[in-house]
Amino acid sequence: MSLLIRYLPLVFLAAGWELAARLGLISQLALPPLSHVALAWLEMLKSGELLANGASSLWRGGAGLGLAIVVGAALGIAMAWWQPVNAALGPLVEVLYPMPKSALIPVTVLWLGFGDGSKILLIFLGCMLPVTLGAFNGARGSDQALVWSARSMGASPLRMLWDVVVPSALPEMLNGIRTALALAFILLVSAELIVAREGLGYLIGFLGANGTYDAMFAVVLTVAFLGFAADRAYQTLMHRLLRWRE
Amino acid sequence: MQQHNAGSGGPQIVIEGVNHLYRPPAGRPVLALEDVSLQVRPREFLALLGPSGCGKSTLLYLIGGFLPTETGRILFDGAPIAGPGPDRGIVFQHFALFPWKTVRANVLYALEKMGPPREQRAKRAQSFIDLVGLTGFEDSYPSQLSGGMKQRTAIARTLAIDPKILLMDEPFGALDAQTRHLMQSELLAIWRKSPKTVVFVTHDVQEAVYLADRVAVMTARPGRIKTIVDIRLDKSDPNVAKSSAFIDTVDQVWGLVRDEAIKAQEARLSP
Ligand SMILES: Nc1ncnc2c1ncn2[C@@H]1O[C@H](COP(=O)(O)OP(=O)(O)OP(=O)(O)O)[C@@H](O)[C@H]1O
Ligand SMILES: [Mg+2]
Repeated sequence: MSLLIRYLPLVFLAAGWELAARLGLISQLALPPLSHVALAWLEMLKSGELLANGASSLWRGGAGLGLAIVVGAALGIAMAWWQPVNAALGPLVEVLYPMPKSALIPVTVLWLGFGDGSKILLIFLGCMLPVTLGAFNGARGSDQALVWSARSMGASPLRMLWDVVVPSALPEMLNGIRTALALAFILLVSAELIVAREGLGYLIGFLGANGTYDAMFAVVLTVAFLGFAADRAYQTLMHRLLRWRE
Repeated sequence: MQQHNAGSGGPQIVIEGVNHLYRPPAGRPVLALEDVSLQVRPREFLALLGPSGCGKSTLLYLIGGFLPTETGRILFDGAPIAGPGPDRGIVFQHFALFPWKTVRANVLYALEKMGPPREQRAKRAQSFIDLVGLTGFEDSYPSQLSGGMKQRTAIARTLAIDPKILLMDEPFGALDAQTRHLMQSELLAIWRKSPKTVVFVTHDVQEAVYLADRVAVMTARPGRIKTIVDIRLDKSDPNVAKSSAFIDTVDQVWGLVRDEAIKAQEARLSP
């Protein structure tokens, strides 16, 4: 019920959309009625177009983001814990962090071509640094006494890193991953729009070029919903992982 | 070899001419300890008493092997201290519990590294949780505990691994008066059952006199050992704290500490 009230503005927006298109306030070419969009969506679901392209996007995004999380976290913690690693990589991270990652799209295509490889590499490179920075800052803030405590209870230095520094870094690292998750969607769809033969981004571009705008809007809405759902699911996971902080 | 040292009646911890200089990345270096020498005998309960900031925690960290000994030397069972280890259990001043672990998991953590079978570990953890009066809070996270409960968890965790020596940094500081009394007599009972070397840092003169065989009084910063007072009281007497001998000893130690507290205060007021 409260959920309904919370998302009431969305219902109004949907109704407004339908009305505006129906009453001709906005040309149906620019904004097809929502009901047409819904029909087109069902159509694509039945034909399997949506699932095939969705699966391809999911694989690229999942693989790229997964790599970014694993490598980014390891890098951030290594930088926080070993001064030489920080000295070597710190300036690099600093310079690359603010770079607009979409500039890498042509580069990764040049290296790996039009297929999955270039998208995965792009998402990996683009999403890694927020994770690295989160892990770095979090690990930096580990409590000295906790580190000592683990060591005095017989943990080896490496074991201590896993038992103390990683969980200490977790809250900030999880925030970094949330940023990375949003970035992954942006990068994926942009890259697929520009250079791809499948994927949801590709589908948007293809349908738009064909003039089948109701279907195009259906895919745009699908991507928007997926982004929202992923973020909500992630927040739930984050909440569970950080239960101890309450 | 370790048995030999302990058995021969020699000291278990030897501290000789130890200085400790903190060099913060920003700001002036701080000389926390100056020429500290002290010996702790096997199975002795030694209290370290001194004004705030005199270097008590620092000395404990050096014995624990958390900070390197730069000048002088510290021997444990005849060998220089090379780093932290489970033979020297420590209760930190600020508890140092793992916030992401429950009370039970915190106590189990140390036991996991020691290697008794799982069931035995669980039983042992539970018995120490019961001992410090945290039955029913096994699954609570530290953030859900009061300061005193955190402190008791930290004590249970350290006692459970049965270290050779116990380093305790104001372990009862966050407790209310009643709980503190209970924990003091509990600690004394544990210690009497299986005596082990204890270095116990405290601000509380009564506590030091009640618990310790000897009380080492430290000077204001830079910390030095000012005097060591032998406590000759019959600790098995339940009314010892009311005896005139106890009250006299407390008075005597108070006098020593007060001078240093005043000095520390003056140093703060006129830098
Ligand atoms: N990491 C540090 N960097 C710089 N100075 C420090 C550091 N830790 C402690 N000191 C200084 O060393 C001195 C001794 O500190 P220490 O913590 O050992 O005192 P203490 O006797 O335990 O005090 P308290 O009773 O308040 O806990 C203090 O004056 C403090 O300012
Ligand atoms: Mg202290």
